[in-house]
Amino acid sequence: MNKELRRVSIVVLIMFLALFGSTTIIQVFQQDNLKSDGRNVRTLYASFSAERGSILVAGQPIATSIATNDKYKYQRQYANGQLYSAVTGYFTLNQGNTGLENALNNYLSGTANEQFLAQLNAILTGQNPKGASVETTIDPVVQQAAWDALGNYQGAVVALNPKTGAILAMVSKPTFDPNTLAVHNSAQVISTYKQLLVDSGDPLINRAIAGSLNPPGSTFKLVVASAAFESGQYTPDSTFPNPGSLTLPQSSTVITNAEGGSCGGADTASIATALRLSCNIPFAQLGLALGYNTISGQAKKYGFDDDNLRIPMKVTPSVYPQTDSDAQQMISSFGQGNDRVTPLQMAMVSAAIGNGGKLMTPNVVDNITAPDLSVLQKLTPTLYNTPISSATATTMTQLMVNNVANGAASNARINGVDVAGKTGTAQNAPGAPYTLWFTGFAPAADPQVAVAVVVENGGGRGQSAFGNLLAAPIAKKVIEAVLNR
Amino acid sequence: MAVIDAGPRSTFTGTIRVRLRTPARRRNLELFLLLGALVLAGGAMVLVELGALGRVGGTLLVLEGGLAVLVLLGHVAERVVAPDADPFVFPIAVLLNGVGIAEISRIDIAKGLGGWEAAGVRQIVWTGIALIVAFAALVLIRNHRVLQRYRYIAMFSAIVLLLLPVLPGIGRTISGARVWIAIGPFSFQPGELAKIALAIFFAGYLVTARDSLSMVGRTFLGMRFPRVRDLGPILVIWVLAMAVIVFQHDLGTALLYFGLFLVMLYVATGRLSWVIIGLLLFGCGAYIAGRSLNYVAGRFGSWLDAFNPAVYEKSGGSYQLVQGLFGLANGGLVGTGLGQGRPDIVPLAESDYIVASLGEELGLVGLFALLALYLLFVSRGFRIGFTGQDDFGRLLGVGLSFVVALQVFIVIGGVTRVIPLTGLTTPFLAAGGSSLVANWIIVALLLRLSDSVRNQPHWVVDTAPIPVMASSSDPSAAPAGGAS
Repeated sequence: MNKELRRVSIVVLIMFLALFGSTTIIQVFQQDNLKSDGRNVRTLYASFSAERGSILVAGQPIATSIATNDKYKYQRQYANGQLYSAVTGYFTLNQGNTGLENALNNYLSGTANEQFLAQLNAILTGQNPKGASVETTIDPVVQQAAWDALGNYQGAVVALNPKTGAILAMVSKPTFDPNTLAVHNSAQVISTYKQLLVDSGDPLINRAIAGSLNPPGSTFKLVVASAAFESGQYTPDSTFPNPGSLTLPQSSTVITNAEGGSCGGADTASIATALRLSCNIPFAQLGLALGYNTISGQAKKYGFDDDNLRIPMKVTPSVYPQTDSDAQQMISSFGQGNDRVTPLQMAMVSAAIGNGGKLMTPNVVDNITAPDLSVLQKLTPTLYNTPISSATATTMTQLMVNNVANGAASNARINGVDVAGKTGTAQNAPGAPYTLWFTGFAPAADPQVAVAVVVENGGGRGQSAFGNLLAAPIAKKVIEAVLNR
Repeated sequence: MAVIDAGPRSTFTGTIRVRLRTPARRRNLELFLLLGALVLAGGAMVLVELGALGRVGGTLLVLEGGLAVLVLLGHVAERVVAPDADPFVFPIAVLLNGVGIAEISRIDIAKGLGGWEAAGVRQIVWTGIALIVAFAALVLIRNHRVLQRYRYIAMFSAIVLLLLPVLPGIGRTISGARVWIAIGPFSFQPGELAKIALAIFFAGYLVTARDSLSMVGRTFLGMRFPRVRDLGPILVIWVLAMAVIVFQHDLGTALLYFGLFLVMLYVATGRLSWVIIGLLLFGCGAYIAGRSLNYVAGRFGSWLDAFNPAVYEKSGGSYQLVQGLFGLANGGLVGTGLGQGRPDIVPLAESDYIVASLGEELGLVGLFALLALYLLFVSRGFRIGFTGQDDFGRLLGVGLSFVVALQVFIVIGGVTRVIPLTGLTTPFLAAGGSSLVANWIIVALLLRLSDSVRNQPHWVVDTAPIPVMASSSDPSAAPAGGAS
């Protein structure tokens, strides 16, 4: 009987080992998977019950957790919610999160790997776990200036420091008040969310870094000109034939310059003149001569097609898609056709030119600080890429300064300051309102700020408005806000 | 002390001394462990109230104090009626029971239940009843061998207990399984008591029948297979298990009874062929049931494909299973702390899913401790099987402790997806009076059996150092080179 009993003992031991194993697998190895399952409401409750860290602008909280008496324990509160909505995003019970609330959720809720020991310590000492707070790079004065300057237009403004990549302002309109989505009533959240979702102005989209993107129009000429000078085959004085209109090869499409007529009236137009007066026909010829691959290569160096760019929110990649005919190649060379960009991308182009060809990685987070005031992450300016040489950068800067001083971007002029800039007026579908652009930086010799402004929907004026009319003055106010601080 | 000379001195280098040892009574150790268990159980209750309410309420602790008095009275009674009983079984059961009450009360708090509505209060009352019943059994059954005489009465009781829920009028179907009876406001799961009756019957029957079951038969593939007419008993038990599956919709109980019978049969006869025949029979039955009974197929589907949204959202699908896994994951390594998790999200968190609740709040560390307690409990039972004096007692001890081990495996294995989920209670932990009473009777029987094992003096090899006696007749004692 003892032999059988020993065997049964082994069976019992195996049964228990199976249980030791299965509980270990679930509670340790599958823990992260199970926690991130959308059906796991505990994770949701937990992310509410821990005192979520604050999001700060210049030391002042723009998003904080306020203690409540319901089962979620804390409610999110946004000071000046609309103004900072493009930065904070929203934090809801059941409709997910966006913005920094989403991108840094594990830090804010205290579940990031760096915070594991602190959390364990909190459990053992019986304290309530707390999340880390996030200090942004946003400058409240610049943010307010951008918000005010954009007024009631549908569009976005991005301003960043070309030397560090720190984002100083990010505004998208129309927008929403994240407080309305932070309430602890699922039905109310869903109804507010649905209302915002069907709103024709798409208030939930952060146009500065995402959305359906806009054609860049003439601001894309900065990329094409960069490619031309980097190729070594062109200088600002290289000339192209200067007709008043041009029928595209193998097509009946006729393109013209924005002002009508030829570019500057001479027989030929130089690249410098074409950029200053923002003429399409010389750039169409330049783009065709350079070819798709050269321009595409230059665009990618500036950050186009980068699916991994995080600020730490995901940035929708800007695109310069493959052209399949000479006609398309020519159109795409002045920012029409299928070219689509974010304002952040155009600000990056300006920033790189202003910073002597060195493009710094953009970011909106300055530091992440744990409740015990230890700094978990600190933004160190990192080089994203060097899309152009410093010589090309100098050339481009001169052309852009000229563009503002005595060219098509005149409304960005500031007394006593050299502003470098480029406007854009992009056509959409036939008859549809234009998209108006400005991008640039200032002061030209020692840039403090690079900015990009997009005004969608023609600023409410259909096809009658243009970049210099509406977008350039907005950028001017943002630049002034930076220079006056 | 007796010293036996183990043989002629000339052939040994020394003597092996054997002495008759009367096992030490371990009542003081048990008292010490009991006090520890009571402190831990009370501490768990305090932590639950602090964690979930932020204050310590009086009522539950007073009730628990009453239980502690009962436990200590039981200990005193044990000193009189079973002074040589195993010192670990009782404290382990007290600790498991106490942790269970704390966690059940925690779920009451989450659900806002109080008074007689609260499962925790009822659990305390049931624990009191179970303790009294258990010690009545310990006092009444002074010699476990009398149980052998009642083996057929035990069989008859088991069948009646199993059939009760099927009877119209008193039978109740709760969450799909017809395993309950209700008389007035009281409901009871008679199947829990049936497992004890079955263990007594199996032990009594197998002790008398094992010779014919193991000795005769023909050898095939190196194993001796029984005669067809000896297959009767195993077929009867198989039919019984299948009836439980078909009529009561209770896969877990069927597996429990059949597993118990197979293991006792194997231990009694030593024939692996019985186990193989049994497993084949049960496998065929389960397969046919899986193909023809919707609820069995559903259980398998939920087990294999738990995270499939269709299975998850289906009524009777894997919702409970998956939510239990979420709870366990929420606990992680160290748990959320008592009163700090959200175990109430899982349906039946206080009964079938008490393990997921505990896993969430005490973490993997806590579950390991609970599993280790069960393992220790079972090993104490198996000890009776190894060292017992009579075969009936040995078989009964093994059967009773194995049924606890198997039940733990079926429940926790179901919750953690080792096997399909079935509705069984976790011994001592889960809310439920019938389960508590049955498991405390098992405690009483194990105490009785271990008492009879340990109060017999037995021969042991004396391990005291034996003086080495140099002997001239020992060839190795003389140096090899000494002659030259």
